[in-house]
Amino acid sequence: VTTATTEKKRRGGVLKEEFGNPERRTAYYMILPALLIILVVAFFPILQAINLSLRQSTVAQAGPFIGLENYVEMIQNPDFLEGLTNTLIFTVASVTLEFFIGLGIALAINRAFRGRGLVRAAVLVPWAFPTVISAVMWRLMFQDQVGIINYVANAIGLISQPILSDRVLLLIGVTLVDVWKTTPFVALLLLAGLQTIPGDVYEAARVDGANVWQRFFQITLPLLYPTILVALLFRTLDAYRVFDLFWALSNRELQSLSTFVYEGVRISQLQFAQGNAASVFIFVTAFLLALFFIKVLGMQTSTEE
Amino acid sequence: MASATATKGGTRGAFNSVLFYAFLFLFVLVSMFPLIWIFKMSIITKSELFASPPTILPKNPTGAEYAQIFSDPSFQKALLNSAIISGVTTVICLFFGSIAAYAIARLRFRFKSPVMTLILAISFFPAVAIIAPLFVQYSRVGLIDTYGAAIITDTVFALPLTVWLLVAFFRELPKDLEEAARVDGATTIQAFRKVIVPLAAPGVFTTAILTFIFAWNEFLFATTFLFTPDTQPVTVVIPNFASQYTVDYGAQAAAAVVVTVPLVILVLIFQRRIVSGLTAGAVKG
Repeated sequence: VTTATTEKKRRGGVLKEEFGNPERRTAYYMILPALLIILVVAFFPILQAINLSLRQSTVAQAGPFIGLENYVEMIQNPDFLEGLTNTLIFTVASVTLEFFIGLGIALAINRAFRGRGLVRAAVLVPWAFPTVISAVMWRLMFQDQVGIINYVANAIGLISQPILSDRVLLLIGVTLVDVWKTTPFVALLLLAGLQTIPGDVYEAARVDGANVWQRFFQITLPLLYPTILVALLFRTLDAYRVFDLFWALSNRELQSLSTFVYEGVRISQLQFAQGNAASVFIFVTAFLLALFFIKVLGMQTSTEE
Repeated sequence: MASATATKGGTRGAFNSVLFYAFLFLFVLVSMFPLIWIFKMSIITKSELFASPPTILPKNPTGAEYAQIFSDPSFQKALLNSAIISGVTTVICLFFGSIAAYAIARLRFRFKSPVMTLILAISFFPAVAIIAPLFVQYSRVGLIDTYGAAIITDTVFALPLTVWLLVAFFRELPKDLEEAARVDGATTIQAFRKVIVPLAAPGVFTTAILTFIFAWNEFLFATTFLFTPDTQPVTVVIPNFASQYTVDYGAQAAAAVVVTVPLVILVLIFQRRIVSGLTAGAVKG
């Protein structure tokens, strides 16, 4: 009891100290509007989604409390399982490819050369495309009557049926489009990380007789580790919540976790409650993923010097 | 530097150099190919579009598809809607974002870390998780199918980016000037408005471009909360365009080009700033 009261007193003291100081008080006032918007529009709805997922809810009303029934139904729903499987395959495949290709590109262009501007532009162009629009573009190229990629793949015997009518080919397609769109961005992040490694570290290693591979594994990788973690976390969580690409490229054929939620709560609205259960599922698993990166892999989140 | 390596390494250096530029060429080609090819698809005749094997270069370039989509009032309206939604989102984000970022970058207070973590958490947030509750709430207050629904939600999800970038830019500014202003009797707010804001203009501008691109590209919220052509932005209209003109692939290609080209131009003009902005938060110098 005594520790609790002193704790309370101390915390009250902290608040008093924080708000008694005019500079600090101003700081809180300046942060408050942004913080309030975020709490009201992003975090409060999560609590609501949890509430709706535990009830026999519809768009119109919350309905009676039914415990975890929606979750049980969701796990038995083949559409949900398909979405989950596709999302996991897509996330692992796209992030792996993007990381290795991106690292290769970053290592290759980490030097002074003519035409840097052009390369930088080539990096940024796919990144700046709206995802849905790039999906529309690639869909046109995958199309079986006018699509160049479908034509070439067919001509060299890579495929025997139209890309857009086969789910496996579609899944490969969305993965490759994501790799096309995002690898340059990963390369850009890793390149920025590489450029913070001082050149004399390599020089010293070379004098000590370290070869290319030793320099890579013992200098580059460890020093690049923080940047790699940031890039991987961003990409993993981005891929995990994929919606636009699946929705537009496959014209609503291919299921992901996010399209499952969207269909449930917005299109059919018959599975509103199950859609909310899936929402909570995505939120919690994404949170755990982020936690894994921060706690287990030791990613630094604070920007304090 | 390339020439220096070439002389040092002799033929092997020259060979490496050729290999390097071949690699760069391939990289640039793969990045640019879809845009170039879709542009080609948008300016050829319908018969050429369906030709097999496909032509590499357009035979009789035509602007017919562009004329068609620009005479379509729903496409014009969609462009306008996109501009309004992303423009207003950018302004609101910059306003709240710069105020918060200044406090985080420059003022001392205790709960800075949790605040930053909370703001950062939004950029990892699976947006789809809250569309159901927001849909219910927005219906209740009559925001459904208004610009407001898209602007409010876009603002929340663009704010982390805005704050993050601005914090990085504000930290780079020299501290002495503000301190001089304070010594002269300016308040915190005055120091921010009169000293920091003008100095930070280039950084603020970069942030504005990135926030605008973010909002322009947004799709999920727009397709959830907006369902009439009066409010829908291009990201929602163009994929639907696809089903509307089922066989008119040329018009679809032209629409995709029209929406993308402004972004490509923006990116080409401001590439240096954009790169510095994008990598500002992720890498500690």
